[in-house]
Amino acid sequence: MTAITDRQKLAYIAAQAADARVNVELETEGMTLNIGPQHPATHGTLRIIARLDGEQVISADPVMGYMHRGYEKLTEVRTYPQVTTLVNRIDWLGSFANEVPFILAAEQLMDIEAPPRAQWIRTLLFELSRIANIVLFLGDMAVQLGALTPVFFAFRDREHVLNQIESVTGGRFHPNFDRIGGLKDDLPKGWIAETKLAMEKIRNFCDEIESLVMGSEIFEARTRGIGVIPPDVGLQYGLSGANIRASGVDWDLRRDAKVGMVYDELAGKVWTHPDGDSFARFWVRMQETREATKMVEQLCDGLPSGPIMAKVPRIIKVPAGEAYVATENPLGEMGYYIVSKGDLVPFRVKIRSASFNNVSIAPWLLRGVYVPDIITILASLYFILGDIDR
Amino acid sequence: MSSSDATEVAPDEVATPDELRDGLLARLTELCGDAVIASHILPGKDIWVRVRNDAWAEVASTIRLVMGARYFGFVSAIDWMPSPFGRSMDAEVDKIVHGHVPKNVGEQTTGFAGGDTRFQVVCRVANIREHWGITLKADVADDAPSIGTLTKVYAGADWHEREAWEMFGIEFVGHPALRKLYLPGDFEGHPMRKDFPLLARIVKPWPGIVDVEPMPGAGSSDESAEAAEAAEGGEA
Repeated sequence: MTAITDRQKLAYIAAQAADARVNVELETEGMTLNIGPQHPATHGTLRIIARLDGEQVISADPVMGYMHRGYEKLTEVRTYPQVTTLVNRIDWLGSFANEVPFILAAEQLMDIEAPPRAQWIRTLLFELSRIANIVLFLGDMAVQLGALTPVFFAFRDREHVLNQIESVTGGRFHPNFDRIGGLKDDLPKGWIAETKLAMEKIRNFCDEIESLVMGSEIFEARTRGIGVIPPDVGLQYGLSGANIRASGVDWDLRRDAKVGMVYDELAGKVWTHPDGDSFARFWVRMQETREATKMVEQLCDGLPSGPIMAKVPRIIKVPAGEAYVATENPLGEMGYYIVSKGDLVPFRVKIRSASFNNVSIAPWLLRGVYVPDIITILASLYFILGDIDR
Repeated sequence: MSSSDATEVAPDEVATPDELRDGLLARLTELCGDAVIASHILPGKDIWVRVRNDAWAEVASTIRLVMGARYFGFVSAIDWMPSPFGRSMDAEVDKIVHGHVPKNVGEQTTGFAGGDTRFQVVCRVANIREHWGITLKADVADDAPSIGTLTKVYAGADWHEREAWEMFGIEFVGHPALRKLYLPGDFEGHPMRKDFPLLARIVKPWPGIVDVEPMPGAGSSDESAEAAEAAEGGEA
């Protein structure tokens, strides 16, 4: 807490001083700048009311709810298999990853486990949706800073991954493929070889972005030291995923939470960066994409044979109980707190989405920064509005 | 900020999860005394602790500063009242298929670690060094539900409490700015309460089973009969 109050105090004093100076010399006053709801940096409809003093932000107040769809209420009238269709639409860039924690929580309540092959394919698709999601970030971050080219590369190369997801699930964005006790279907023929080729292309894309963006002086100047999040503040706000790892916190649910996926059998490194600034967040995501491509290849090589569906009753009733299961989604920790009363429908589902916590730090983080840095910081926090508004 | 080091355990020393969670509970009880009312441990999986309403922030503070759960998950609430609307599937055609089953409201029950009130506040935090998470619960009074704020312990509780306030109508005493987060400013009511109907189903009633096409090749009459049986079982 001390860190916050100090920083708040400093920002307040700076604002006061700036106020006094400006008022005396130029006879100006503070101004309110409305950013959004429609702004490319908001990935949807996030509105930010920034109170400015000159170029400096005195306070920033995110306003959301423009896209609130009430999923927590809707789940209460839908059966468990129907819920996956809804939760697909939370983080629409990595939709398969949204289904997994819900299914795992339901499986924990029912005390069943998916067969090994289903777990492997689940992990495989999970990592593919991570790549599809983060690849877009890598291009998007640059476009926020004024470099147009990388985002076209991102859209081009994301297609390789989406094609692979589509050929398994039938859906590019909303696979709805995960089932309680396993998966809907097995992999199609020839898929593994194609996936490996796609991973090669993604690694090339990462190299391209690295040479295009990360070496650029402008990019460094706009991101280094901008939006620094100290680890303890990040943890207090519940930041997760690459945002907290960029602050030097070594915390990855893939490695640290033992949930029904096969990360134990894979060799993967958890990347962290000590700086905690926008550059670090970009860098960590870049490394994670590379790491994910390697994991996908390991998953392709180690895929066991066997059934893809455990024995589950045709009409699924989940025994009474409570469960919280979270997984390391592309955007960070995504968890479902399910309360069941032994019914066809969940009694209460609390969706703990990553972006909600990741953006809740914005009022603290944006205080005292300059206007162009608002965009850098929001882009580097990387949120999807569907993931905030649910 | 490093008072968490007092309880630090090297990852190797973390023995079987059951011992870990039993130890957690013992330590929490020792630290907070009678603030801990009830608890529930799923061996190897998770732990729930119900604490006294007036000790809510205090217990959270102990867990964060002494037991080192520095990572904030979420704060939310549960309305334990059984929904008077059921699944809002009131289409005439459903009544023909399922029979006109009166909605069985049933008794109010509570989940893990028990509870005496209609509303409960839930908080999830985790210790990222020792790799455990804990779910805290607290009862809030039925009339004028309120509880102390966690924003002074976990700054990130700010938005979560605003959401729980507008959705459930639970007041968080001491919250710096309890404003609407998602809902429009003039919205009346608390949508996540069980006695708040799902408006989408009232504006446009559920079309019922006519909406469902039979599976190709499957005998549709058998299917619907089975589905009807299942639904009836579910309602009971």
